[in-house]
Amino acid sequence: MRPRTTTAVAAGSALLLLTGCGAADMTKQASPFANAQGARTVTLSVQSWVGAQANVAVARYLLEHELGYRVDTVQVDEVPAWDALSQGRVDAILEDWGHPEQEQRYVEDKRTIAPGGDLGVTGHIGWFVPTYFAKRHPDVTDWKNLDTYAEQFRTPESGGKGQLMDGSPSYVTNDKALVKNLKLDYQVVFAGSEAAQITQIKQFAKEKKPFLTYWYTPQWLFEKVPMTEVKLPAYQEGCDADPEKVACAYPVTPLQKYLNADFAKDGGDAADFLRKFRWTTEDQNEVSLMIAEQKLPAEEAAKKWVDSHESVWNKWLP
Amino acid sequence: MATLTATTPKAPPPGILTSRTARKLVVLAVAAAVLVPLAATRWTDGTWPDALTIDLSRPLGDASDWIIDNRDSHPLFLYFFGHVSNAVVIAVRAVYLALLAVGWAGVTAVAGLVAWRVAGAGLALATAAAFVACGLLGMWVPTMQTLALMAVAVAASVVVGTLLGLAAGLSDRMNRALRPVLDTMQVLPAFAYLLPVVLVFGIGVPAAVLATVVYAAPPMARLTALGLRGADKEVLEAVESLGATARQRLLTARLPLARKELLLGLNQTIMMALSMAVIASVIGAGGLGDRVYQALASVDVGAALAAGIPIVLLAVVLDRVTGAAGARLGQPPAPNARALGAYALAAAVAVAVAGRLAGRLEWPDGWVVGIAEPVNRAVDWMTAHLYSGVPVIGGTADWAGHFTTWVLDPLRDGLQWLPWWAVLLIVAALAWPIGTWRTALTAVLAMAAIGVLGVWKPSLDTLSQVLAAVAVTLVIGFATGIAAARSDRFERLLRPVLDVFQTMPQFVYLIPVVALFGVGRAPAVAAAVVYALPAVVRITTQGLRQVDPAALESARSLGASGAQQLRQVQLPLARPALLLAVNQGVVLVLAVVIIGGLVGGGALGYDVVFGLAQGDLATGLVAGAAIVCLGLMLDRVTQPTERRATKGA
Repeated sequence: MRPRTTTAVAAGSALLLLTGCGAADMTKQASPFANAQGARTVTLSVQSWVGAQANVAVARYLLEHELGYRVDTVQVDEVPAWDALSQGRVDAILEDWGHPEQEQRYVEDKRTIAPGGDLGVTGHIGWFVPTYFAKRHPDVTDWKNLDTYAEQFRTPESGGKGQLMDGSPSYVTNDKALVKNLKLDYQVVFAGSEAAQITQIKQFAKEKKPFLTYWYTPQWLFEKVPMTEVKLPAYQEGCDADPEKVACAYPVTPLQKYLNADFAKDGGDAADFLRKFRWTTEDQNEVSLMIAEQKLPAEEAAKKWVDSHESVWNKWLP
Repeated sequence: MATLTATTPKAPPPGILTSRTARKLVVLAVAAAVLVPLAATRWTDGTWPDALTIDLSRPLGDASDWIIDNRDSHPLFLYFFGHVSNAVVIAVRAVYLALLAVGWAGVTAVAGLVAWRVAGAGLALATAAAFVACGLLGMWVPTMQTLALMAVAVAASVVVGTLLGLAAGLSDRMNRALRPVLDTMQVLPAFAYLLPVVLVFGIGVPAAVLATVVYAAPPMARLTALGLRGADKEVLEAVESLGATARQRLLTARLPLARKELLLGLNQTIMMALSMAVIASVIGAGGLGDRVYQALASVDVGAALAAGIPIVLLAVVLDRVTGAAGARLGQPPAPNARALGAYALAAAVAVAVAGRLAGRLEWPDGWVVGIAEPVNRAVDWMTAHLYSGVPVIGGTADWAGHFTTWVLDPLRDGLQWLPWWAVLLIVAALAWPIGTWRTALTAVLAMAAIGVLGVWKPSLDTLSQVLAAVAVTLVIGFATGIAAARSDRFERLLRPVLDVFQTMPQFVYLIPVVALFGVGRAPAVAAAVVYALPAVVRITTQGLRQVDPAALESARSLGASGAQQLRQVQLPLARPALLLAVNQGVVLVLAVVIIGGLVGGGALGYDVVFGLAQGDLATGLVAGAAIVCLGLMLDRVTQPTERRATKGA
């Protein structure tokens, strides 16, 4: 009889635990690894590119060493990161390249995400050829002449056309529509991840081979493989409204920070600090390069930058 | 087309068709002769007709929007999913805090102690060494996070799996209902489980744990059912005659008799949970997988390896310890076992307390060995020297180019050129002769479902990559397997290599693969080959070694040379094992298709990655479903059904 009673009690209390305490809003649940051992924790979203890692590395270093927080980082792709941010699984995104649809949904409608101000860095997406190639063929930098070079950009994957290499599926891109609408003799080949794309670019550069790639600034790889932008038809407000009909260049985007709404309200010093966090493209590149090229651990790179730029970050402290 | 394979075989004219295979093929040919002209006149174009597709992107998009909009207010989420998610968070957190509280010395000591009690002194040392190595690599905290997540996931998988297994083991009807489901789940690639859970739970640990449970529970259920059903009938009768109630029979006879299978189930569950815990880093699981994934972003193979090695170590240690525990079952315990256990427990507690008192709970920063730099240098050197311009044989990039133009392109274009009904016919013609009409029907329906989902072309692209990868895997795998079966020394050397490749997270070798083969389908095939090879080599070696020694001996006495023995005795006798190797090769290669999407493989793999990355669940789920269908089809086409029918039940 005894075991049965125990089982019944256990089952009953489990049921009580499940239903008795009412609703459980899973949009208000933090990561189980947060706030371990009484530490105040901030969870930051790191996107997959190195610039974003640089932001997070410096913010993390300062939060840990100047403000006494523990910082967890999670790597999530851009759009899912918005969702995670709205649920409080992460507290902040430090570098967003513009997601109007998500902004409307989470910032305007649901009010679960609060804007965190400018990062200070401006981003730009474009098509690039290596500078060593552009020097030999200066007219390649105009999109109208791209077709004459298509043959040189051919690879086994591009099936008889020139190859335009795109990167991670998480990035904002209109390239397929652009190639179609500008009637170019090119095939968009998706590298599938930024790691694959960078590795391929480096391999091309080692052999001084020509290539055409989707790329963006600020990016540390420019220091390693200098690249020149190919001019596309100029960007005008609204020319990219219909994704199927885009036939113009990408805009220049001031990168934005976003905070979880509750964190923005109750986050104390950390939220204050993250709102004030604002640096320049050069600063970011300096840290990125240390991480990606010298292969320093992110923490060490951040320390080096912090040690030599006190006047910059002093203004961020609450 | 579905009706095509369901037609009952007509009685063949006596004397002409004696073989069953030929009879089945004739029936197919007759059916095709009737149906193909119909299809060909109705839809002249070779690709899947638009009229037969269903566009799911609207309803799926709406569903995903609805979930996001209602996640914080709808009762279904507040009173059910919310609690599930909450329970997961609390459980993982509890385990994580406990691990941190015990400290690194304590965790290492306790792990060593457990390994010693269940598996012996040698493995205990190996376990402790593995944990120390995790710390030395600077990965202590991520290792603990992964361990916490795994512990919860494995516990839940074992509970769910055992319950399902009990149901299937005790009730014939449940068994019939569950078997096909569990069989199918074993074939599905891990990534396919991620999207649905993300849809409901969002990015984060709860989704990761639940995906892991769904992925890791089926082997436990299968093996529990198998163990219960395989129990010795005479023992059961004896127990029954003693007047035991059904519950007593279960607890005192059937379950203890199934111990071996239960432990094997636990072993498989742990291994699958570990591999999933890494893959789930894509949806925010944190821990070691996340470190690997983050290192990938800065193209840092060394750092990825530093996080990958603890995963390999954990996997090898957990596998060996649970395996050894299974092997030791039934042996009498040593006479002083209890006392020894008590001493060891006291020692472990003492170590933990000492660690705590000394304030050394976290792994000391000074004790970290950086392996990233030398590894990166080695990888750079290798890729710089092998990529191109190697005299005579050409560089790896040239091979990749040739492989793409001469193998992958013709294969893809050929498949896409075939009319859709021809593809279905081929599938039926392959599946029916080695299986039953049921498996053939499943295969054909799975293939047709791909067309209905509207991803016919990308699926054939993926299929062409899978076929090429399987071919390469089998050639290399059989050759290596044969070599390993013939030389003990080679097999011993090979074993750790296979272990590493089987458990190393696939993310780690993405960069080397691209650095060697460039971006495109060739590196995707290479990654798949690396992943599938160990299993194929293992099964081949095992199959060849299990060939009856008497048969070999008699061949030798007849003066057969080594090659003759192999060709005429060993290979024919090991045929079932070789077929199993083919089947496993296909399933494993398909599991890496999505990884291939990360290096330029395109097609379905890219679509799934795109769906995860953009939160575009319509694209991702449809592509995931198509991969599942491809998996079903390939499994049925390569798995002889007679064997399966005799195995269980």
